[in-house]
Amino acid sequence: MTIQDQDQELHAFLYFSEEAALEPSGSGPLSGVSIALKDNLCVKDWPTTAGSRMLANFRPPYTATVVERLRASGARLLGKTNLDEFAMGSSTENSAFGPTRNPWDLERVPGGSSGGSAAAVAAGMCDMALGTDTGGSIRQPAAFCGITGLKPSYGRVSRYGLIAYGSSLDQIGPMAYSAADCARLLQVIAGPDPLDSTCYQVACPDFAAEMAVEPKGLRLGWDPALVKDLNAEMRENFEAGLQVYRDLGVQLVEVSLPHLEYSLPAYYLIATAEASSNLARYDGVRYGHRAEGARDVGSMMSRSREEGLGTEVKRRIMLGTYALSSGYYDAYYAQAQKMRTVLRQDFDQAFASVDAFALPTTPAPAFKIGEKSADPLSMYLSDVYTVVANLTGLPAISHPSGFLAGLPVGLQLMAPVWQEGRLLQLSHHFQQRTSYHQMRPQGARPAEV
Amino acid sequence: MSELTTEQVAHVAKLARLDLSQQEIEGFRKDLSSIVDYVERLRQVDLSTVPATLGVQPHTNVLRADEARPSLGPDGVLANAPKREQNAFQIPRILEEA
Repeated sequence: MTIQDQDQELHAFLYFSEEAALEPSGSGPLSGVSIALKDNLCVKDWPTTAGSRMLANFRPPYTATVVERLRASGARLLGKTNLDEFAMGSSTENSAFGPTRNPWDLERVPGGSSGGSAAAVAAGMCDMALGTDTGGSIRQPAAFCGITGLKPSYGRVSRYGLIAYGSSLDQIGPMAYSAADCARLLQVIAGPDPLDSTCYQVACPDFAAEMAVEPKGLRLGWDPALVKDLNAEMRENFEAGLQVYRDLGVQLVEVSLPHLEYSLPAYYLIATAEASSNLARYDGVRYGHRAEGARDVGSMMSRSREEGLGTEVKRRIMLGTYALSSGYYDAYYAQAQKMRTVLRQDFDQAFASVDAFALPTTPAPAFKIGEKSADPLSMYLSDVYTVVANLTGLPAISHPSGFLAGLPVGLQLMAPVWQEGRLLQLSHHFQQRTSYHQMRPQGARPAEV
Repeated sequence: MSELTTEQVAHVAKLARLDLSQQEIEGFRKDLSSIVDYVERLRQVDLSTVPATLGVQPHTNVLRADEARPSLGPDGVLANAPKREQNAFQIPRILEEA
């Protein structure tokens, strides 16, 4: 069965490239490794839709830095994966081209917004994938699909060629079965880029070397208050994960993150405010969908946007525009930015006494397709544990921690800024002791290693 | 419960350049009201002395040498234009004829 055949059922991909069938042109650290790209990453002359009708016929005139680096590393680029429109969503149901299905249960969502990338990795259609994470869009689908996904520190990976959603929050990151593979992929894509002035100017450490160090003696923080409202199975899964770390010689330390409950409202104000500004560019003038028959420029723009953008994208533009509008700016947007400061202070304080922090990735395993789509707020609440890493700019990883009724569950770790190596180190050693990350859903292609 | 009015939502749609249908305006009025109600909890915390975080990195200018480099050229720039006229994006008339 070809990958295209397999995708009839999953709809993980929006585009299969022709270059994947060719022999890899060069040797390098990812020579022969097959990689799928989330479809909000620009590749010159490839369709790049961001899951939107607005960009259905768009072909970028340039290529994202991360993609250039993958090509130089010898990787085989398979194609583009499905996503919630403009990366706005937690289920991949907001794609204008139809939802992706979770390979563990076809009735359920793969998570989002990098749901296509997560499903493609989980089903063995590719060795690794790139996702993007603005409020959990790498980690939540990784948890729902039983794989490992890392959101780097803000600035670790160049955003040049990433279609912007929330520019102070967006990061590109690796998704793969194991932490070890995430380390290989991160090594290739990370590091300074003159084309992104927000990219950290300091060269990357050797992530594989940092990962290999025994984690014995590290201090891992957790906050019991954050898990007290979880249902019993999710809480037991989380505590069983902490026990694996204890068995590795990691010291568990209780710390308090008193403002975490405010991260979700702060996130949905800041992300939508930035989105309302970023998406102003889709006006039908220079590229993207243009409405036919408009008699003046103003109505051409507003009708092009009305026709080209989907409901969730419009909802977020509306919320962001409201939060930034005269009379509400201080009450909402400015208050959210101040909360961002407080959240970072909470973590700075926590990291004075611990080396990393553990929390669940999601409050529950994958939900059913359609289950939350009628209630936007309930969908937003599925991001309750992930958005804080984006608001604070800290690196965070989700790795598999077991199964509930046949559905994968993830455990999330956060670390001080630029300490991706420590997240990989902890996750890798967890994966030396457990086999959750090696489980494959029925119908998955066997690993070609 | 902070209920937004239809007029408020229509005003925001105008600011956002979205030609929403009446049905969408009513739907977003309900959605935004419940979301705004949820984010109200941020205002329960006294943050009057806290500075805002605009971005997570220290604010510094990143400079580079001002050197000429190759660029896309007119055909590259206009390749995705919905409508093109010579080396320009064509749009409906902005100014009335004199």
